[in-house]
Amino acid sequence: MSAPAGLPPRPSAPPPLGAPAGVAQAGARPQHNGPVQHQMQFFTGYPQNYSAPSGHYAQVPSKAVPSQVDNQYGAGYYSTGYSVPAQSVLTPSVGSNLLNTQGSQQSYSKVPPHPVESAEGLGQGAISSTSYLRTNTPQSYSAFGSHYSTSVSSSVASQGFPLNSGHYAMPMVSSAAYPSLSYPSMATASPYGQVFTSQSLPAIGQFKEMNAFSGQSTVVSHSLQQVPMGYRSTSWSTSDVQSAQDSLSRNHTESLAKASNQTSTVGGVDSSHLVSQNVRFIKSGVGSSVSSAVTSSERTPVDHSAQPGPVPSVTKPSESLLQEGIQYDGYVNNQASSTPAPLSSSSGDEEEDEEDEEAAIDSSSTTSSASPVPNNYDALEGGGFPETRSITSSPAPAPSVPPTSKTSKPFGYGYPALQPGYQNSAPPTSAMQPTNPGHHSGFQQYSQYPGMNQLSSSLGGLNLQHSQQPESLRPVNLIQDRNILPITPVPAPVPNLNSDLRKLNCSPDSFRCTLTNIPQTQTLLNKAKLPLGLLLHPFRDLTQLPVITSSTIVRCRSCRTYINPFVSFIDQRRWKCNLCYRVNDVPEEFMYNPLTRSYGEPHKRPEVQNSTVEFIASSDYMLRPPQPAVYLFVLDVSYNAVEAGYLTVLCQSLLENLDKLPGDSRTRIGFITFDSTVQFYNLQEGLSQPQMLIVSDIDDVFLPTPDSLLVNLHESKELIKDLLNALPNMFTNTRETHSALGPALQAAFKLMSPTGGRISVFQTQLPSLGAGLLHSREDPNQRSSTKGVQHLGPATDFYKKLALDCSGQQTAVDLFLLSSQYADLASLACMSKYSAGCIYYYPSFHHTHNSAQAEKLQKDLKRYLTRKIGFEAVMRIRCTKGLSIHTFHGNFFVRSTDLLSLANVNPDAGFAVQMSIEESLTDTSLVCFQTALLYTSSKGERRIRVHTLCLPVVSSLADVYAGADVQAVICLLANMAVDRSVSSSLSDSRDALVNAVVDSLSAYMSTVSNLQQSTLIAPNSLKLFPLYVLALLKQKAFRTGTSTRLDDRVYAMCQMKSQPLIHLMKMIHPNLYRIDRLTDEGAIHVNDRVVPQPPLQKLSAEKLTREGVFLMDCGSIFYIWIGKSCDNNFIKDVLGYPNYAAVPQKLTQLPELDTLSSERTRSFISWLRDSRPLNPVLQVIKDESPAKTDFFQHLIEDRTEAAFSYYEYLLQIQQQTCK
Amino acid sequence: MESVVFIFSLIDCCALIFLSVYFIITLSDLECDYINARSCCSKLNKWVIPELIGHTVVTVLMLISLHWFIFLLNFPVATWNIYRYIMVPSGNMGVFDPTEIHNRGQLKSHMKEAMIKLGFHLLCFFMYLYSMILALIND
Repeated sequence: MSAPAGLPPRPSAPPPLGAPAGVAQAGARPQHNGPVQHQMQFFTGYPQNYSAPSGHYAQVPSKAVPSQVDNQYGAGYYSTGYSVPAQSVLTPSVGSNLLNTQGSQQSYSKVPPHPVESAEGLGQGAISSTSYLRTNTPQSYSAFGSHYSTSVSSSVASQGFPLNSGHYAMPMVSSAAYPSLSYPSMATASPYGQVFTSQSLPAIGQFKEMNAFSGQSTVVSHSLQQVPMGYRSTSWSTSDVQSAQDSLSRNHTESLAKASNQTSTVGGVDSSHLVSQNVRFIKSGVGSSVSSAVTSSERTPVDHSAQPGPVPSVTKPSESLLQEGIQYDGYVNNQASSTPAPLSSSSGDEEEDEEDEEAAIDSSSTTSSASPVPNNYDALEGGGFPETRSITSSPAPAPSVPPTSKTSKPFGYGYPALQPGYQNSAPPTSAMQPTNPGHHSGFQQYSQYPGMNQLSSSLGGLNLQHSQQPESLRPVNLIQDRNILPITPVPAPVPNLNSDLRKLNCSPDSFRCTLTNIPQTQTLLNKAKLPLGLLLHPFRDLTQLPVITSSTIVRCRSCRTYINPFVSFIDQRRWKCNLCYRVNDVPEEFMYNPLTRSYGEPHKRPEVQNSTVEFIASSDYMLRPPQPAVYLFVLDVSYNAVEAGYLTVLCQSLLENLDKLPGDSRTRIGFITFDSTVQFYNLQEGLSQPQMLIVSDIDDVFLPTPDSLLVNLHESKELIKDLLNALPNMFTNTRETHSALGPALQAAFKLMSPTGGRISVFQTQLPSLGAGLLHSREDPNQRSSTKGVQHLGPATDFYKKLALDCSGQQTAVDLFLLSSQYADLASLACMSKYSAGCIYYYPSFHHTHNSAQAEKLQKDLKRYLTRKIGFEAVMRIRCTKGLSIHTFHGNFFVRSTDLLSLANVNPDAGFAVQMSIEESLTDTSLVCFQTALLYTSSKGERRIRVHTLCLPVVSSLADVYAGADVQAVICLLANMAVDRSVSSSLSDSRDALVNAVVDSLSAYMSTVSNLQQSTLIAPNSLKLFPLYVLALLKQKAFRTGTSTRLDDRVYAMCQMKSQPLIHLMKMIHPNLYRIDRLTDEGAIHVNDRVVPQPPLQKLSAEKLTREGVFLMDCGSIFYIWIGKSCDNNFIKDVLGYPNYAAVPQKLTQLPELDTLSSERTRSFISWLRDSRPLNPVLQVIKDESPAKTDFFQHLIEDRTEAAFSYYEYLLQIQQQTCK
Repeated sequence: MESVVFIFSLIDCCALIFLSVYFIITLSDLECDYINARSCCSKLNKWVIPELIGHTVVTVLMLISLHWFIFLLNFPVATWNIYRYIMVPSGNMGVFDPTEIHNRGQLKSHMKEAMIKLGFHLLCFFMYLYSMILALIND
């Protein structure tokens, strides 16, 4: 945390986006409306278990089928989105143009089942992994679902145009024709400008005041909403604002669309007739624009849609609630709707669940509302309320007392004194004190705790060394102990915290630290010789995530930390920041807990009960209105590309997933193709067929038409489908071998810069024309040299500059490289690295000759197109005072000391940071790290996802080793090694990796006193460290001696920098299982399926037997290796072939056979697949097939001609440690 | 003649001092988050070559006018400037690269470097001043 973080930024230079630090919030609201400030209530019986509110909901609209209800909201959103256009299309086509009926019915035949499917399918809770991605947002959105349903209808009708356009007009537009072009409509083309300016926000402040906790204010805002400008009054909850704002922008765009439609009817040409004087458009279809009259009929309800907005009140009938969706007093339940039961993963205790149910019954009288319900006040002010609470709850907390104190002892060896303090904020223990005095004493103890802690933690340290040694410190003799690999995948170590904090702590999947015990000083850290850093996976797909809608997001006034479970409440009114230790006021609104409907319990708010939460951000967090989802595809169509045939796969995938692209009704899409020229596609609604516009002036590339290159996905869907169907065959006869990638990218940047979004680049060769052209730098003879590897860095700064420009305009560039030859990925990758994109590489891709790669591309595309996406994101990582971040790893641009600018963020992106300890941490016993990711969801909502991790501080070296997280250490080292090999040399980084092992192990051995010299001892926590480092050294990125193509190596390096830990570990050290003898022993049950759990095998050929069949899980690919004398039964039962000889060389699928072993194998493989989003491809390898080298290169414990075996390597390390 | 050499050196040195101060100010602005890395680096990269030339000219001038001591004092710094400029990797946007300036403590090392140069130029300034006065008196 840099010191000036607390300073207000200079007004002259506000951060371009992401107001988190810059825009100060209104601060604590004056408390004149606060009803009860002096009463201390302890609603001990009330549940804090925020994550189970589906139970609460159950009572709200109707008593029956709770989950069904909120599912329908989610589904309803989509179904309306899809079904409405369908209707609107059918009408015009029948009425106006008989020719079209054929076409439009055909194309929409898929649509009608949609609502049915989604309503039912979701309702049953059968949610596939992709669909729960979506349920994340819809529920919060559902509040204005009805609003959307109407707005979506905007003039889709135009798509009922003749589909008979077979050939494409390709007018050559030379630059000479263009100089006279001017684009007057450019500035106004985006709806933003106007919408924004029309919204002056003077009234917000006023209404905020009015709304604060007054029952009537709901009425006010409600009535105001009917007024078109009612937007201003609804600052009460952000979703209100958004819905209204949306409607405004919707109106606006629609009127624009309408206008353009009308002009086109009048003009009789397409709306791009502006340019048509200079550009000759040859149109084959007649392309009449029928649409405008019809579309307007669907638009009428828009104005009313804001009215039934998210202001449900007590008296509202349940039907209206059904339509509106649920808004739970600002807390929008986001729990995956598949679990109707109140039990959820974040609540372990049965007591809590009981309380929950009680509370649910209690609260049944009130519905959710955006305003505090008046009858609550009555209850609060009539003093009887607290008593009744404590009475009802008293049976529950009573049993909870002994268990907590018991369980906390063995774990919390360091901090027994912590407990009383944290009891106030921790759920089960706070229930212990139903009376005021008890509570107060708790607070007093708490404020004293730092001093006591220090003492006890040092005592704890003593304990640790002398009496009991934790498992993680048990010395392991690496040379003697041959089977160090555990039989189950290595779990993340659990931080040594007391049980309450541990329960609240962030999931290791999202947030991991290399040292779960943070050393007190930098000296201690240096002694340990282990890197200190964090590994983040912040945008991971979560099944359950508390989403909070609140007008004030509570943050520390000085360091802007979001309130989190690890802050301490000094008293009812003040909290102490756990990062900078500033004492802050608790805002009035925060005193009210909408979950329990109780007042005065800020420590039971969901923000304080969950370490991973998501806030719906208010307009304070926007510098411009949330951008729509914009996707641009930049496709290589040179001879190489056509030969490889990726276009077929891509267009097919796009056609299949066009409806699943994340986005709302504003979603826009565009296409650019390039060979030696750049081709644009005019997809303007109203055209009969897509028009190709060719720009051959690649030295100064320009956009042939200002708009209509990026078109609304829903309005021009037919044209887009036409284009996608035609694209694969359009260039079949091309002879153009050049590739002008640079100019195409520049054009893409120009196209995207007004909005931002995502550019997906497909490239199949070295760019050879125009700006950014590259030359081959690889010398094939040097591929297996053991000397240094050259050219790991970029050759030109063109792509880097482009990426930074893109990043500045909130555009990310994703690169798909499908090259069979060297394409200089090291240079090309820069375009994605610094614009927060992602990189996919398919070496020697061919759609028929290399079916494995084709399948992989197809699967990757499916995931890529449908996964969640966050736009215009920024991420800030904060840590407790004394720690500071000095290096960042991942794909992004570091805009300021702790602010990462992410134009796009996707759920598969991982990040890593390195930290140092700047000030000694002696006066604290806990440190916290917080990442806040501010992004715009694909639905146009501004959201903040906050993760907080809390870790203990230790003062002894042994404790540091005890808390080492070997997987995190390895991943961080891999990142550092990649940096090292680019900035220095590969051999340097290899040496550094080996030295990391040698140094840390010798440092550890020097702490263990009774030690004979000739062994190699590691603490149990680090016993896999040497093995993993060896695996790293044999990884494609760092190996020497073995022939490795430069692009492969660079790709592996890119993956290391951008993959999250779980994927990276699989890549570094694959899991090997024997699968020919699967049994149900130790099997687990997942969704009524029995999944066998075979033990992990060492990655060594000694474990392979000719009789066996082995599965290797490398993260992105599964290898199944079949031994020569494999049991014929297995081949018959699982593979479906009579004997070994009959098994084909290339097999990428297991047949579905009705045998027990086949079932077991398939369920095991699909279980492995489900655990990750990457959809790995399967490759069956026979013992004699040439592909077996792929398999054997992963057996890292074995000796190869170029590298040591594990044992030799250990001996080498031992030698070096003894020196 | 001597005096002309030192008058020129003095002026040049003043410019270099200002440049160092400018570097320090811009870098500390970046450190405090007042400007973003992109603009900071493009500002600074513009001045890398002028600085390099300015300093090399003085060094060469000292060599020509046979002021060995001052030449030897300047030589390492000039070499460092040139080395730093030559060793920029091909993919980087200059000595100051916006994508890397926040990594591996580069910002701090740039800052330190600018500070040291400021000190060095101040030292040189007084040296030139003294030599100039001496030369003027001798004339």
